[in-house]
Amino acid sequence: MTLEMTGEATLRVENLQTHFDTKAGTVRAVDGVSFEVRQGQILGLVGESGSGKSVTGFSIMGLVDPPGRIAGGRVLFQGRDIAKMGEEELRQLRGNRIAMIFQDPMMTLNPVLKVETQMIEAVQAHGNVDRRTAWTRARDALGQVGIPSPEERLNSYPHQFSGGMRQRVAIAIALLNKPDLIVADEPTTALDVTIQGQILYEVQKLARETRTALIWITHDLSVVASLADEICVMYAGRIVERGSVDQVLDAPAHPYTAGLIGSVPSRNVKGTKLVQIPGVMPSMLNLPSGCAFRLRCSHADATCEASAPPASGGARQVRCFHPLTEVA
Amino acid sequence: MAELDTPFRRFVADFREDKVAVGAAVLFVAIFAAAMACSYISPQNPYDLRQLDIMDGKLPPGKASMDGLVFWLGSDGQGRDMVSAILYGLRTSFLVAVTSGLIAAAVGTSVGLAAAYYGGLVDTLLMRTVDIKLSFPAILIALVLLAVFGQGTGKIVIALVVIQWAYYARTVRASALVERRKEYVEAAQCLALPQRRILFRHILPNCLPPLIVVGTIQIANSIALEATLSFLGVGLPITEPSLGLLIANGFEYILSGVYWISFFPGVALLVTIVSINLVGDRLRDVLNPRLQK
Amino acid sequence: MATPIVELKDVSKRFVKSLDMAGKLAAKLGANVREETVHAVDRVSLSVAEGEVVGLVGESGCGKSTLGRIVAGILPQTQGEVLYRGQPLSALSGQARVKAALAVQMIFQDPYASLNPRMRVADIIGEAPLYHGLTDKAGEVAYLDETMRRVGLDPAYKKRYPHQFSGGQRQRIGIARALAVKPEFVVCDESVAALDVSIQAQILNLFMELRAALNLTYLFISHDLGVVRHLSDRVVIMYLGRVVEEGNTDDLFANPNHPYTVALLGEIPRLDTRKRVFVPVKGEIPSPLNPPGGCHFHPRCPHAMARCSVEAPVLREIAPGRRAACHLNDAS
Ligand SMILES: Nc1ncnc2c1ncn2[C@@H]1O[C@H](COP(=O)(O)OP(=O)(O)OP(=O)(O)O)[C@@H](O)[C@H]1O
Ligand SMILES: Nc1ncnc2c1ncn2[C@@H]1O[C@H](COP(=O)(O)OP(=O)(O)O)[C@@H](O)[C@H]1O
Ligand code: SF4
Ligand code: SF4
Ligand SMILES: [Mg+2]
Ligand SMILES: [Mg+2]
Repeated sequence: MTLEMTGEATLRVENLQTHFDTKAGTVRAVDGVSFEVRQGQILGLVGESGSGKSVTGFSIMGLVDPPGRIAGGRVLFQGRDIAKMGEEELRQLRGNRIAMIFQDPMMTLNPVLKVETQMIEAVQAHGNVDRRTAWTRARDALGQVGIPSPEERLNSYPHQFSGGMRQRVAIAIALLNKPDLIVADEPTTALDVTIQGQILYEVQKLARETRTALIWITHDLSVVASLADEICVMYAGRIVERGSVDQVLDAPAHPYTAGLIGSVPSRNVKGTKLVQIPGVMPSMLNLPSGCAFRLRCSHADATCEASAPPASGGARQVRCFHPLTEVA
Repeated sequence: MAELDTPFRRFVADFREDKVAVGAAVLFVAIFAAAMACSYISPQNPYDLRQLDIMDGKLPPGKASMDGLVFWLGSDGQGRDMVSAILYGLRTSFLVAVTSGLIAAAVGTSVGLAAAYYGGLVDTLLMRTVDIKLSFPAILIALVLLAVFGQGTGKIVIALVVIQWAYYARTVRASALVERRKEYVEAAQCLALPQRRILFRHILPNCLPPLIVVGTIQIANSIALEATLSFLGVGLPITEPSLGLLIANGFEYILSGVYWISFFPGVALLVTIVSINLVGDRLRDVLNPRLQK
Repeated sequence: MATPIVELKDVSKRFVKSLDMAGKLAAKLGANVREETVHAVDRVSLSVAEGEVVGLVGESGCGKSTLGRIVAGILPQTQGEVLYRGQPLSALSGQARVKAALAVQMIFQDPYASLNPRMRVADIIGEAPLYHGLTDKAGEVAYLDETMRRVGLDPAYKKRYPHQFSGGQRQRIGIARALAVKPEFVVCDESVAALDVSIQAQILNLFMELRAALNLTYLFISHDLGVVRHLSDRVVIMYLGRVVEEGNTDDLFANPNHPYTVALLGEIPRLDTRKRVFVPVKGEIPSPLNPPGGCHFHPRCPHAMARCSVEAPVLREIAPGRRAACHLNDAS
């Protein structure tokens, strides 16, 4: 698969900066992130907890609440800058053209309303459709995500579903208005492998059939490997490596990516010491000078201390002075 | 320095974020200190009848007595300086509230821990007692007890203990039940530590935050209750007037324009109770694990 | 064969959610409330030899933690017998019982809830060895420092409280607490699941180092098959309270026998399978309150037969060192 696919990107994020002003100082949770997703493409956003994945997702949705603010950059959805939109315009976009799926499906679902009520409301909020049509669409969406006997299930409350089923309902709600972009923030992290498998299956089918662009946020490299077209690896608020799944996983250029891949048990000889990245991710308030990964990196030298490495390359990018493989 | 970042320090730092609560705490500490030091700082010993002169009675605020003592808040019917009377009255109120609070906390904590720890029948019996106890209005229980036992400082402390222990018991049981299920308790069991040690050294310290909140609010409540009882004339003996009695004493004059005998003790009572409650509310916010960062 | 260090014989654990007074009254009045019983662990037999690492795998709610807690002596079993070096624990008392209890320690999943927030690290790690006389007041400091160093913690941190540490460091504190009483057997319940990917490898390496240095035996509970495969000599697969398959790790991963094991292995996302088409196992995990009759897996099993819904298959040997519970094995 080539990266030079034709067509306008559904979402283009340019040098996004999202900061939180806290008592202890400004947290640059997202610090100059750029990427794009096209129709039908699945982008995996990978990183450890606190690396800024969720904040990136919330920024795209225009959901950053104070003390957070978008301090710079642009989030272009079909050419229009989300960061500059008013609340009303955003509301029209959210749940309609852009939808978000959270790790906890109860972020989407209201525990005291029937699934039916919630789904019909979601349809009617964004279009002048009668109840009957809205209901049909709700039923079809549930069927689409593999919920058996959707007519009956529409009549239930969220607590009557298992965790995996609830996540499917949340996904179905995200799909209702056939959005052009879905941002999914660790939607399978809390689920069991067999249930995760079911959901990944539905999601794959969806991206293929509806050509929705999808951003899949996770800390699990193996999940993106099986699912995504492209990967962005985040560390301390920045994308440190970006490229197609094959490029990044087969020939990682950034020492952090290489370390993550190396530490996966199946990459190590059974029973031997795992390759490990030393140290821990530094606090966002107290990043080392130069490259944020410097203190954990075995390739670090004086250059890395002097300044932060810039992003190199085009579609295939790496932020490192001494990349492990040359990127074009 | 990170080394010194103890849970207590974190708590203090969190508490200080709310300026109103800090103000209330400072006010409360000042009132409390003044009340405790009343025998040193008040112009007069209001309980010493030899220092009183009936001729100085009902002087309005700012007037001086015959021997030159200025009554900044006026004097009462017997010629007592109101400032002194309020400080001594506050001391009595505090002593009664704190003593009864401590005893009630000890009793309630034991009952609550026992209920949470033994569970089953013990739990059911103890907690039903608590429920029954809590279903009666506090004032009613106090009136009945005082009617049976008669008046006196000790009696009112007993009455307040009987009224309050159930709140502590219920709070401790609820948090002990939550704590008991946490993994650190399982770890302690796994280390073959004796149950008593687990209960008192591991679980109890983690139940303290809600206990402190309840304790604060209960102190305010018992000050108010004691004042009510004294006002009704079934509380503390007339020789050692607490705030409630002072208010009651001034009540008969209030319509004749001699407002200060009731008014200033009333303000003192109100300020004390409000400041304790403000501190209590803030404690609840700071110590509530669900709101904790 | 030598006596296993820990052995479970037909162990069951039932949790009964009994009715409170209101519930009882409602039931008397004909409301549809009943006492609910969960068979969290259903007649499990398992033996672990000295020095072995046994992986315990299964989906959420299948009873892994409950089994682990029974082994660690935290929960009493409802039925069956737990043996430590051949002796039933129920027959032990006094010093022997304490010794057996200390020999089996547990490391928990949640690096936050598993440490007492109001105790300093020194007390968290040092309390039990001092209480049980493994060290005295004079030797306490040296003992503590040594234990902390062993798990890669700087002894300078001993005056700190748990909240001052990162998740990985907290997990090390939990490990140090267990090691401080010189255990022989350690139950690790999802001990790396809550950690970041890059920290997981550090802790897994620590487990392996400690095993070599102290000759430890592990019961390693995890839902992460990759981790289990890397660490374990033997794997036990559970489904809804029952063991469905058991065997040598390499064998079992190469040749899964039980349809559930096959499905589970098929679901693991891997780094080296790109853009793969997922072929999901159908159905949800049934509620343990009301498990399907016969073979618990039959509503989801692609090979289910009439017999499967009425008769529970027994766990029996299908090859040397391999056991599985499936009726398909009777056909041959
Ligand atoms: N104290 C308890 N009271 C009632 N039911 C319980 C209790 N502890 C566990 N259970 C039930 O027993 C079953 C097994 O629970 P257990 O915690 O052992 O599962 P697990 O395999 O460890 O799951 P997970 O992967 O989610 O940790 C579950 O259905 C659970 O709800
Ligand atoms: N409301 C907030 N206030 C202050 N800092 C925040 C807030 N939300 C997130 N952060 C910080 O932003 C960084 C990135 O967080 P997040 O995007 O949630 O990480 P993750 O990659 O785990 O999703 C973290 O350092 C986090 O502490
Ligand atoms: S820039 Fe230097 S420190 Fe940073 S990842 Fe590259 S080699 Fe390591
Ligand atoms: S016993 Fe039947 S239902 Fe159960 S796993 Fe075997 S074939 Fe499937
Ligand atoms: Mg996140
Ligand atoms: Mg568990």
